[in-house]
Amino acid sequence: MGLTFAEKILSDKAGKLVVPGEIIEITPDWAMSHDNTAAISKTFYDIGVDKLYNPDLHIIVLDHCTPAANEKYAQNHKIVREFVKKQGIEKFYDINAGICHQVMAEEGYGLPGTVIVGSDSHTTHLGAFGAFSTGIGRSEMAVIMASGKIWFRVPESMRVILLGSPPGGVFPKDVALYIVGKIGADGAIYRSIEFSGPYLESLSMDYRVVFSNLSVEMGAKNGYIKPDDKTFAYLALRTKRAYQPVYPDPDAEYIENAEIDITNIAPQVACPNTVDNVKPIGEVVGTPVDEAFFGTCNGSRLVDWKVVASILKGRKIHPDTRLICIPASTRVYMDALNAGYVRTIMEAGGIVENAGCGPCLGAHQGVPAPGEVVISTANRNFKGRMGSREAEIYLASPATVAASAIKGVISDPREFLL
Amino acid sequence: MSTIKGRVFKYGDDINTDVIFPGKYTYTVTDPNQIAKHALEDLDPEFSSKVQLGDVVVGGKNFGCGSSREQAASCLKYAGVGAIIAKSFSRLYFRNCLNFGLPPITSPEAVDVLEDGDEVEIDLENGKVITSKGIFNIPPLPESIRGIIDSGGLIPYTRKRLGIDK
Repeated sequence: MGLTFAEKILSDKAGKLVVPGEIIEITPDWAMSHDNTAAISKTFYDIGVDKLYNPDLHIIVLDHCTPAANEKYAQNHKIVREFVKKQGIEKFYDINAGICHQVMAEEGYGLPGTVIVGSDSHTTHLGAFGAFSTGIGRSEMAVIMASGKIWFRVPESMRVILLGSPPGGVFPKDVALYIVGKIGADGAIYRSIEFSGPYLESLSMDYRVVFSNLSVEMGAKNGYIKPDDKTFAYLALRTKRAYQPVYPDPDAEYIENAEIDITNIAPQVACPNTVDNVKPIGEVVGTPVDEAFFGTCNGSRLVDWKVVASILKGRKIHPDTRLICIPASTRVYMDALNAGYVRTIMEAGGIVENAGCGPCLGAHQGVPAPGEVVISTANRNFKGRMGSREAEIYLASPATVAASAIKGVISDPREFLL
Repeated sequence: MSTIKGRVFKYGDDINTDVIFPGKYTYTVTDPNQIAKHALEDLDPEFSSKVQLGDVVVGGKNFGCGSSREQAASCLKYAGVGAIIAKSFSRLYFRNCLNFGLPPITSPEAVDVLEDGDEVEIDLENGKVITSKGIFNIPPLPESIRGIIDSGGLIPYTRKRLGIDK
C-alpha cells in the first residue's frame, strides 16, 4: 500500500515508516514565529536554557501589530529585537516586511518537501508549495528553541478533489470559501488535506495559497498542493536553497475523498460568526456595510490589488462605507504602487496602510465599532475577532469587498467586471 | 494523575479561540490572574467570577477552533478549570491543552448527558468520566503524551528531559 503525502514526509523525517495515529518526534526544517516571539522567549528562558538549539532553524517576522500601536506592543517588539540579537537569529524581518506567511513565501522558505512549523494557525499557508506546514503553540516553539524537537501525531489524510472550474467573476477565494462551507469547520480536524484538480493546477502561487491558508478553518493540520512547474518557477526567482519535492503515492489510502463540483458556483460569502457559514452572494446582497477591509495573509497579494483597482477605477466608494486596504507585504505594496493600483484605490476613497496584519485580529488600524458590519478578505469572522464582540464580519473575495465598498452594501462584483 | 471533580459549565459546538480568549488581549494581557479574568469573556461574561477550582468545561464538536494562541487553553487552566470534555477538539487547541497540563477529554457520550451545573468526576488514571447519568470510558492518551500531562505540561516535561530538573 502506498503512502499519502503526510505519511511519506513524516516517515522521511522520523527515519522510519510511520502510520496515522502514531506519535513521533522530529526536528522541523523551519520554525517561524512573529510578535509572539517575546512571550516565547520568556518561556524559552524559563525552561532553563541560555542558547538556542539551532538559531538557523528560526525565522521571525514582526507583523501582528506593526508599527506598534501603543507602549505595550512597542515593548513587545523591543524584547523580540533584543532576543534576535542575543541569540544570533539571522532570518529576522522587522516591522517593514509584511505578514509572516506572505514573507515566508516571498523569501523562498516555502520549499517543497520540507516540514515547517509556525506559532500561528495559518501556517498551513505554505502547504501550497508542497510543504508540510502547520501551526503550533507558543510553548512548543519555546521547546523547539531549547531542544530542536517537536512531537507530532501522524495525521490521517483526506483528499479534496475539485471538479471543473468556476465561471467568470468567481475568484479563488470564492472557491476556497465554498470548500470550507462544504467540508465544515470540523470536517478535517487533525487531518492532512491534499487538494487536487485541474482548476488548482491552472492557478498561480498567489492564488493557490488561499486554499492552504484556509485549510485550518476546516480543522486541518496542513493543506498540501502538489508542487509543479509553477511552484518551481516561483521559487527559482526567490531562493537558491535546494529542495526535494515529496509526492503521495498513487495507491495511497485516504480516510475520505471529497469531490467538490465548482462548475456552477457564484461568488461566496462566509457570514457571521463562523467561517463555514458560507452562502452564495445572492442571499446576502444588500446588507449594509460600514467597513470594507481588503488585506490579510488570505487576500492581499498583487493579483488581488489588480482586481480591486480594476473595480474601483474611475469610481468612488460609498460615503457611508470606509475602505481599508493593507498589502500582505511591503513588496506587494511597492509592486502595487508601481502598477498604479495604490493611486487608483486612493482616488476612489480607499485608505492604504502599511503591510501587516492590521485590524484582522482586532489590534489596530481600523477596528469596527460595536454594531458595525465589516466585509473583509480575511480568513476568520468569529465574534470579537476584530475587537468588538458586537461587530459582524462577513468574509469574501477582494472583488466582492471592492464592489461592496462602492455600493455601501454587500454586492455581487460581477456587475463591475463585465 | 489525580481525580478531577467539579461543576459543569456547558457550551455548544465550534467554541472558538476568539470567544475563549479575545485576540485583542494576546499581547496586552500577560499576567496569569488577568488572563484568567478574560476567560470565555465573549461567550459567557460571568464565567470567570463563577468558576471554582476543579470545575469542568464541556463543549460540543470542534472545541477550541481557530487561533494557535495558548492563552485560550491557559486562561481556563489559570481560572481553575480541571479538564475540558468535548465531542471533538481542534488540533491546535488539543495540543495547547496537553502542553499546559489541562486534560482535553474526548467523550461525545458524556457531553450528551452532562448539563450545565451538573457534578462530574474524571478519573484520568482509569480513563473514566463519572456522572450521575452514567460512567463513560475515555480513550487512553498515547504513552509519550501521558508523560507531558503527568509532568504538569510541556515545559516541566522538557526541563526533565533536558536534565534541568531531576
